[in-house]
Amino acid sequence: MDFGAINPTVLAASLMVASTPILLAAIGELVVEKSGVLNLGVEGMMITGAIVGFAIAVETGSPALGFLTAMAGGAALSLIFGVLTQVLMSNQVATGLALTLFGLGFSALIGQGYVGVKPPALAKPDLGLLADIPVLGRVLFSHDLIVYLSLALVVAVWAFLRFTRAGLILRAVGENHDAAHALGYKVVRIRLAAIAFGGACAGLGGAYLSLMRVPQWTEGMTAGAGWIALAIVVFASWRAGRVLLGAYLFGGVAVLQLNLQAAGVAVPVELLSASPYLVTIIVLVIISADRGRAALNAPASLGRVFHASS
Amino acid sequence: MTALLTVEGLTKAYPGVIANDHVGFDIAQGEVHALLGENGAGKSTLVKMIYGLVQPDAGRMTLRGKPYVPASPSAARKAGVAMVFQHFSLFDALSVAENIALGMETPPPMRRLAARIREVSETYGLPLTPDRLVGGLSAGERQRVEIIRCLLQDPRLLIMDEPTSVLTPQEVAILFATLRKLAAEGTAILYISHKLEEIRTLCDRATILRRGRVVESCNPREKSAAQLAEMMVGTKLTAPSRAGGNPGGVVLEVSGLSLPSANPFGTSLRDISFSVRAGEILGIGGVAGNGQDELLDALSGEAAVTPGAVRLRGRPIGALGPGPRRRVAVLAAPEERLGHAAAPDMSLTENAMLTAAIREGLAARGFLKWPAAKAFAEKVIAAFDVRTPGPGNAARSLSGGNLQKFVIGREVLQRPEVLVVNQPTWGVDASAAAAIRQSLLDLAASGTAVIVISQDLDELMEISDRFAALNEGRLSPPRPAQGLTLEEIGLMLGGAHDMEVAHVAE
Repeated sequence: MDFGAINPTVLAASLMVASTPILLAAIGELVVEKSGVLNLGVEGMMITGAIVGFAIAVETGSPALGFLTAMAGGAALSLIFGVLTQVLMSNQVATGLALTLFGLGFSALIGQGYVGVKPPALAKPDLGLLADIPVLGRVLFSHDLIVYLSLALVVAVWAFLRFTRAGLILRAVGENHDAAHALGYKVVRIRLAAIAFGGACAGLGGAYLSLMRVPQWTEGMTAGAGWIALAIVVFASWRAGRVLLGAYLFGGVAVLQLNLQAAGVAVPVELLSASPYLVTIIVLVIISADRGRAALNAPASLGRVFHASS
Repeated sequence: MTALLTVEGLTKAYPGVIANDHVGFDIAQGEVHALLGENGAGKSTLVKMIYGLVQPDAGRMTLRGKPYVPASPSAARKAGVAMVFQHFSLFDALSVAENIALGMETPPPMRRLAARIREVSETYGLPLTPDRLVGGLSAGERQRVEIIRCLLQDPRLLIMDEPTSVLTPQEVAILFATLRKLAAEGTAILYISHKLEEIRTLCDRATILRRGRVVESCNPREKSAAQLAEMMVGTKLTAPSRAGGNPGGVVLEVSGLSLPSANPFGTSLRDISFSVRAGEILGIGGVAGNGQDELLDALSGEAAVTPGAVRLRGRPIGALGPGPRRRVAVLAAPEERLGHAAAPDMSLTENAMLTAAIREGLAARGFLKWPAAKAFAEKVIAAFDVRTPGPGNAARSLSGGNLQKFVIGREVLQRPEVLVVNQPTWGVDASAAAAIRQSLLDLAASGTAVIVISQDLDELMEISDRFAALNEGRLSPPRPAQGLTLEEIGLMLGGAHDMEVAHVAE
């Protein structure tokens, strides 16, 4: 056994990279759920983003274009869900599950020709002096743009929900869609916009997985990341800050257990592989144990079908 | 007198029903105008068209001499029309200020809005704290939020849909003072209610709707409440008659009942004690959200309490669930018809099976006796004059009054020793309400102990022998209903809470 093989600086640096796909998907789903829609298709949208982004980046040689297309792909897929649930009023749970199954199959189909291909890398911004700070520079200032974008997005979503009128209307729609309708807000339109935003975030997260984190394409490569993102949103009591905490915790434990496996620690591999899921859920359950307060933050109309009676 | 709003030939049809059929009336500036009618007469549809929520099929409206075609509520608000909804259009998890901002076209920044809310609520004697969560407010306070939301926009026309159904008599008096003040300032008020005495004290004119048509227009002060009721219903109503027998021994005794609410915005029950005798009706009044649902849960067995807190003829039954309580003849009919008292998408036969299986022997060794259940459902339908094609129809397809008659009848016919009903006539038309009240009186006359939880004080005064008030989860000591004045009842219900009479400069 050699714990010396685990370098804390490298570990901390790779934590941020490992967490970014889940963080992106979760922050998007947070907005969707705050508008009162439960989209269980995060996994499907992520993997669709992963392959669409990968394919476009390989074909055009531009990772930036790949990321943009992944966002468009995720949003397009989510709008299928949006139209089915918001306009045709289908069941959100069943439709979301179908979306995940569809995304997995669809990505496997497109991805057949891309197995084993290496994608072009996204250039990292040179943060100059900042990156030269010992330890901290390596941990915080040596990443690619998407990592910083995901952090900015968390702050932006928090500020949007808390301080802007549009954010207030979004929360109102998720809290009581009948009352929002009675006041003249366009419930369906607002929810479709939220769903598309969530889809774009999930698509971006998936593309980050296939283009930056791994980087290559394998079938089913999201491996439940979308489901973890969903769980994180709920256990984080629909708060942006806690979503960040949950995602980084998951990413951190995932990286740590890989290092432990490599170091040959005498713990069954199965248990190590399961540890990120276990640790994240246990910690978030403990945080959200106060049921009364968690219920206050939960969008009261979550998952309910809205039918304008008048 | 110049007309502020004129409505001519307004028509709106929904599949199978004409909600409004060539409705026409006008409201003058500074007038308090009543819109009277039973449930389903088309009042709600009419005001929704004025507020831009529903587009009329035909007809036109004129506001201050100009054609008025509101495409959305926000267009109506811009034109100076504001509305206080019957079922509050509020968001529980948002603060008072956020709720008010959502109902305004161009709200000022939050801090200035909070100051404005304080200022306006002071002026009109409707105190509000802008940063409190609406979910934690009482029904009266919630209504203040709705009213302040309207007042902040300086409306020309204020529509109020049944605003007093959740207020204590004292709160009603203060609300009326505020409304008169507003009318004196030139705001027209369209006031919807079916409380006739209130309309007679408050309103200058009344338009009466029946089945989507305007049937009469009158000055309500010149008519008696009975005359107004006849215009609304179209026939004479007979008041329920009571036999007035002597109550027997104590059947149900509740002592020191406390129950924390399962709902984060619910009210916990605190140390409730009362007893009911055989053949007696105990009326429990109170403004919604003061623990009514929790009390029903504790009495029906949906929420288990300490065994000794509820006793049936001395035997502790507090820990029993709904099934075992039915077995000992303690039955309940909850408030929400669709979803709590009945399963909306199941047939009447299935709904009969759900509560009567134990007492009527509709199930044996795990198998269901459908013919017996159907026969029982038919018996309820026949005995309570439920208008439906047959017991195979889904509960959802019945009108509110008919379903309520079925739900109450289903329990009454199971020969209960104790029957607990919550809001037995809520949203039910006048004739069905009269039938339900009569059946409760008859049931008590046959020796059952009946507990009626209701917000309708007139109803409680009409049928109960003793009256108790539920306020913030506590129950006042029951008093004989006869001779209680509205004033005394209001004080039992917690008085005016902290409302004050509007102190606008004269």
